[in-house]
Amino acid sequence: MAAEGGGLQIHPMDQFIVKPLFGEGAVHWYTPTNVTLWLMLAVVSIGLLMVVGTRRRAVVPSRSQSVAELIYGFIHNMVEDVAGHDGVKYFPYVMTLFLFVLFANLLGLIPMSFTTTSHVAVTATLALAVFLGVTLLGLARKGVGFLAMFWVSSAPLALRPILAVIELISYFVRPVSHSIRLAGNLMAGHAVLKVFAGFASVALVSPVAIGAMTAIYALELLVSVIQAYVFTILTCVYLKDAVGDAHH
Amino acid sequence: MEGELALMGKYIGAGLATIGLGGAGIGVGHVAGNFLAGALRNPSAAAGQTATLFVGIAFAEALGIFSFLIALLLMFAV
Repeated sequence: MAAEGGGLQIHPMDQFIVKPLFGEGAVHWYTPTNVTLWLMLAVVSIGLLMVVGTRRRAVVPSRSQSVAELIYGFIHNMVEDVAGHDGVKYFPYVMTLFLFVLFANLLGLIPMSFTTTSHVAVTATLALAVFLGVTLLGLARKGVGFLAMFWVSSAPLALRPILAVIELISYFVRPVSHSIRLAGNLMAGHAVLKVFAGFASVALVSPVAIGAMTAIYALELLVSVIQAYVFTILTCVYLKDAVGDAHH
Repeated sequence: MEGELALMGKYIGAGLATIGLGGAGIGVGHVAGNFLAGALRNPSAAAGQTATLFVGIAFAEALGIFSFLIALLLMFAV
């Protein structure tokens, strides 16, 4: 099939293959792979911005310091607005999640790099941590009262058991949609980029393909930031269920 | 022959499952369009509601993700 179309060979999914960093062979849980390399680079670049960038603590901030302060203030406002006043205690966790997802997304946009957040294995770990954390926190803070979330007392009595089942299902589906949203968006965007890169090898359409790639790259930059934002704001929404006042 | 038929069914099913993404597109467009309509009527209140906008978009998108999930399940798990 690939021979058709005169040398047009598109392998959009090849960029997501997990490879060992050194040499060939099987990937074990302890093998340093390209995933671990780019996960580590994300952590290192967060450290560079947030620790080294703000080290001088100047009254008139430098460029890196003001970027760090902007992100800090932005996320702090978001936690306070969405999760409520009691949620501010968990701001460090939300901030960590946002920075990690944002940097992993943005580092993945560097050509020839590896997008770690395009793997469900990475995002599912983050989402499961949020899910388990919020559930345990809610049970610890409210006890059995946390389960009142599933019993919609504003609905007619006859409907409540049905609604409870629906609420229960939608609660357990949360980590699935939370993780696949991020991974799916990133994976689809990068695959589209590679498809257009494949078209660029055909001389007739290459100017169009390269123009489209530039436009999609700009869109991907937007998607990277928005998906990090969405991931974080959903964490805040879930957190509100556990720490917020019961409104029903 | 039977295996090929099952494989064909898998691929067709996965392709059909992606139709659900159109519904997610309609939903997201509906949320964003209504937000814009409201924001143009009362621009001063719009800035405070962007968080709600994104949560609404995320929830509308989640249902499209399930059809993507079913496509993935058909391709790799069935």
